[in-house]
Amino acid sequence: MPKLPVPPLPDKLLPAPKRPGSEPTRKPGEQLKEAGISAVDWVDERTSLSGGLRWVMFRKVPKGTNWFYTLGSASLFAFLSQAVTGVFLAMYYQPDAAGGAYESIRHMTNEVFLGEFVRGMHKWGSSVMVILVFLHMARTFFFGAYKYPRELNWVIGVVLLILTMVMSFTGYLLPFDQRSYWATIVGVNINGTGPFVGPFLSDFMRGGAEFNATSLPRFYAIHMMLIPGILAAMMGFHLFLVAKLGTTAPPWLKADVDPEIRTERV
Amino acid sequence: MSASRDRKTPKSKYTADRNIPGAYEGETVTRRRFMVGTVHGAGAVAAMGFTLPALAFAFGTPLFERPPAIWTSVGDPKAFPNDTYIPKVITTVAGVGEIGKTTVYVRSRNPDPDIDPPNTFPDGINFVAISSRCMHLGCPVHYVDAAKRFICPCHGGVYDFAGKRSGGPPVRPLDRFYMRIRSGQLEIGPRYSVNSQLERHDKYRDPGQDLDGVGQYIYPGRFSTPKK
Repeated sequence: MPKLPVPPLPDKLLPAPKRPGSEPTRKPGEQLKEAGISAVDWVDERTSLSGGLRWVMFRKVPKGTNWFYTLGSASLFAFLSQAVTGVFLAMYYQPDAAGGAYESIRHMTNEVFLGEFVRGMHKWGSSVMVILVFLHMARTFFFGAYKYPRELNWVIGVVLLILTMVMSFTGYLLPFDQRSYWATIVGVNINGTGPFVGPFLSDFMRGGAEFNATSLPRFYAIHMMLIPGILAAMMGFHLFLVAKLGTTAPPWLKADVDPEIRTERV
Repeated sequence: MSASRDRKTPKSKYTADRNIPGAYEGETVTRRRFMVGTVHGAGAVAAMGFTLPALAFAFGTPLFERPPAIWTSVGDPKAFPNDTYIPKVITTVAGVGEIGKTTVYVRSRNPDPDIDPPNTFPDGINFVAISSRCMHLGCPVHYVDAAKRFICPCHGGVYDFAGKRSGGPPVRPLDRFYMRIRSGQLEIGPRYSVNSQLERHDKYRDPGQDLDGVGQYIYPGRFSTPKK
């Protein structure tokens, strides 16, 4: 195809001719990719994070790994959902026992845009999380995955289960309707039946001998600050041990021993 | 000490024996160990500096502050019969609206010593004020006059006319309230607990904690119940 003559334009508006030996110009997509890689490289050169990420994400898993092994990460995502919705619910909630608490819940449920949906996610998600944690625990138990060297991770898991229960218990009071009030009275009194420490533990939970003006803020602070922090830290350690120790094969798979090694052993 | 020193021979605990510059006679702690200990100690002191006050803040008032007694008048003492209860609502915790209120069942002393043993009136006030708090787990009981009994809606606790357990899971009789007469008016004060013989325990216990046998020892009185 014959080249069309360049229109008569001043030199400054004409594209500069390519320098001999320079690289071919790249498309914007390629440039973007290049920029991304160089940004990630900049961080990695200064942190060496990629090694740790590779260690966590590209682990070898045993033969026979199946859908039951997703219950742990399902619990994690249930927790993340509770954390995200909880943070935003806190923006509308007032821990006021004299009537403000119930009114703020009514307001966020009935009047705030998507309030019913987000509060519903938090409310139903708490039950989902408890169910998932129990299923995860059952999977670990029936697959024998609590055995050496994973006993410590089982113990941490039990602590996580208890903390999840504390979250459920403290969160149940916050709507401050008849059901949550009386359920909390009953729950605190069950705590009080523990010998010697029970009565004082009840006092600590209520902030005094009777349910009073500070009881609801106490439950709220424990629910949204104290326990989630401990829970997140323990979950981090739980996951670290999972990555470090690896997962177990399901119990129905026999170990695949190299015949030569077997002969040597005998 | 040479680098080829046998690793198994233990080092002397004296710095002077280990040829550490500046060592003096009898010194066992190196400067490095001393500095490490000092820095760790300073860190521990700094951490305790905010942790201990925070813990005392969280536990102190709830466990050790005794709120003052609130005395509420319930009217003319002559208005209370001895064979049934008159329900009265009093405020036991101020500033929390409805949840600070509680129902009290009031009557005068019954002549039958099986219902009101003489030793249950040590103050000389011949009235009985029974708390509506169930002694199983704290639900509100109500008095049913036809049955002469207190009934709990939650787990089926039943109490007789004197407030003693007659069925269900409660572990002790219903709590009672101190009373006094001021200017011809009957006043209701702080709560107290009773064991199965209706003997008074000054520092009231939470529901679920029995006061007979070993119960009175494993459920000690708290420091947070109101002053009489």
